[in-house]
Amino acid sequence: MAFAVEFVSPETSLYSGEGTQVVARTRGGGEIAFLAGHEPFIGSLQVSEVRVTEAAGETRSFAVRSGFVSVTGEKVTVLSDLAVPSTDIDTAAAQADLAVAEEALRSDEHNAFALEDQKWAELRLRLATGADA
Amino acid sequence: MPGGAERILKRRIGSVKNTKKITRAMELIAATRVARAQTRARAARPYSEQLTGVIESLAAGGADVNHPLLRQVEKVENVAFVVCAGDRGLAGAYNSSVIRAAEREIQALRAEGGDYKIISVGKKVREYFEFRGFALHATFEGFTDNPTYENAREIARAVRELFDSGEVDQVELIYTEFISMGTQRPVVRRFLPLEDTKTMAEAGGGDAEALAGFSFEPSPEGVLEDLLPRYVEARLFAALLDAAASEHANRQRAMKAATDNAEELIIKLSRIMNRARQESITTEIMEIVGGAESLAAGKGDDTKPTPYDFDLADAI
Repeated sequence: MAFAVEFVSPETSLYSGEGTQVVARTRGGGEIAFLAGHEPFIGSLQVSEVRVTEAAGETRSFAVRSGFVSVTGEKVTVLSDLAVPSTDIDTAAAQADLAVAEEALRSDEHNAFALEDQKWAELRLRLATGADA
Repeated sequence: MPGGAERILKRRIGSVKNTKKITRAMELIAATRVARAQTRARAARPYSEQLTGVIESLAAGGADVNHPLLRQVEKVENVAFVVCAGDRGLAGAYNSSVIRAAEREIQALRAEGGDYKIISVGKKVREYFEFRGFALHATFEGFTDNPTYENAREIARAVRELFDSGEVDQVELIYTEFISMGTQRPVVRRFLPLEDTKTMAEAGGGDAEALAGFSFEPSPEGVLEDLLPRYVEARLFAALLDAAASEHANRQRAMKAATDNAEELIIKLSRIMNRARQESITTEIMEIVGGAESLAAGKGDDTKPTPYDFDLADAI
C-alpha cells in the first residue's frame, strides 16, 4: 500500500511523492522501516542513509547528516537540514571533508564535531561508490 | 559667449543620461532578484512548517526539557543583537533604518545599565558600528543578497556560543520583515531564549495537526534536544531570506526613484539648454541688425529697415 512521502530540507524539497517503504536510522534506535499504517512516530536521525521505495518500485537513496522523521497516519515526512540524494554526491568535496575531519581527529580524537563530520564524509563516499557500481 | 553655456549643458545632459541608464539597469536587476528571493523564501517554508509541526506534536506529547536554549533569566543584563542588513548601499533607507533600530535598542539597554554584544550581518552594519567605536563580537558579510542555509548555520553557531556560555541572557534579532512588494519594515524580535514549546507551536502555524500518542525515538526529550538547534537555524535562515527580499525590493524602489529623477533632470536641462541656444541666436541677430542699422546710419540713408531684415526677423 502506498502512502505520501515528503523529504524536505531548508533550501529545497528533495522528494515528494508516493512510496511503499521508507527506511531510516534513528539515534539510539537503529534502522527502522516504515510501511503503510505505521503508528505515529517521531525520530531523530543519525548520520545515515535514508531509502525511499517508490510506489513504482524504484528505490531512492539519500545521505543524511542529521534530521528527523515524522510519521502521521498516512504520511511520512523526513526533515533534514543537510541531506543529498546519493546520485548527486560530490565525491571530491566528501574526500576533502574527510581529510579535514581526520586532521581534526588527530589532534583531538574525542572531538564530537569532527567525528560526525568523518561519519558524514564516509557515508557520502560509500553511497557515491555504491551508486556508481 | 555664444554656444558656451549650451555646450556645458549638453555635456551635463549626456552624463545624466548615462546615470539614468545605470540606475535603470540596477532597477531591473533588483526586480528579478526580489522575485528570486521570494521563491527561495517559499521553498524554505515547508521545512520550517514541518519543523514547527514536530514541535507541536512534542508539545502535545508533553515534552519539555531544561534545554540551554530555553534558559530564562530573572533579570536580563547582557543582550546580544544580531543586526541583519545589507552588504551594499543604493537601497534607499534599507540599511540605515535597520541600523537605527539597532542603535536605539542598544542605547535603551545601556540606559538600564546592561551590556551589549553586536553580531553584524552585512558589510554596511559592520562599517557603521565600527566607525562609531562600538565593540563587535562577530561579523558576517558577503552573502546578504543571496543567503544560504550554511550562512544561517554559521551565525547560529556564534549566537549559541554566546548564549550557551551565559555571556548573554538574551538575544535580539533585528532585520527587515518582507510584508509585500510595497511594504517592508525593520523589526526587533526576541530570538533567544526560545519560548516554551507550546507557544512556539502556536506562533509557528505549522500544518501538521498535533496528534497525541506519538512514539518518540530516542525519547521526547532527546528529539527536542536535537530539534531546538535546528529550529534556531531555521528561524535565522527565514530572517535572512526576508532581509534579502527586502533589500532587493528597497533597491528596486530607490533605483526607480533615481531613474525618474534623472529623467526629470534631463527634461529640465534640455529646456535650459534650448533657452540658452535661443538666447544666443537672438543676441546674434540683434548684433547683426544693430550692425546693419549703424552701417545704414553711417551712410546717411534713412533708417527704414530693408526687406532683408524683415525676412530674418520672421524666420525666428
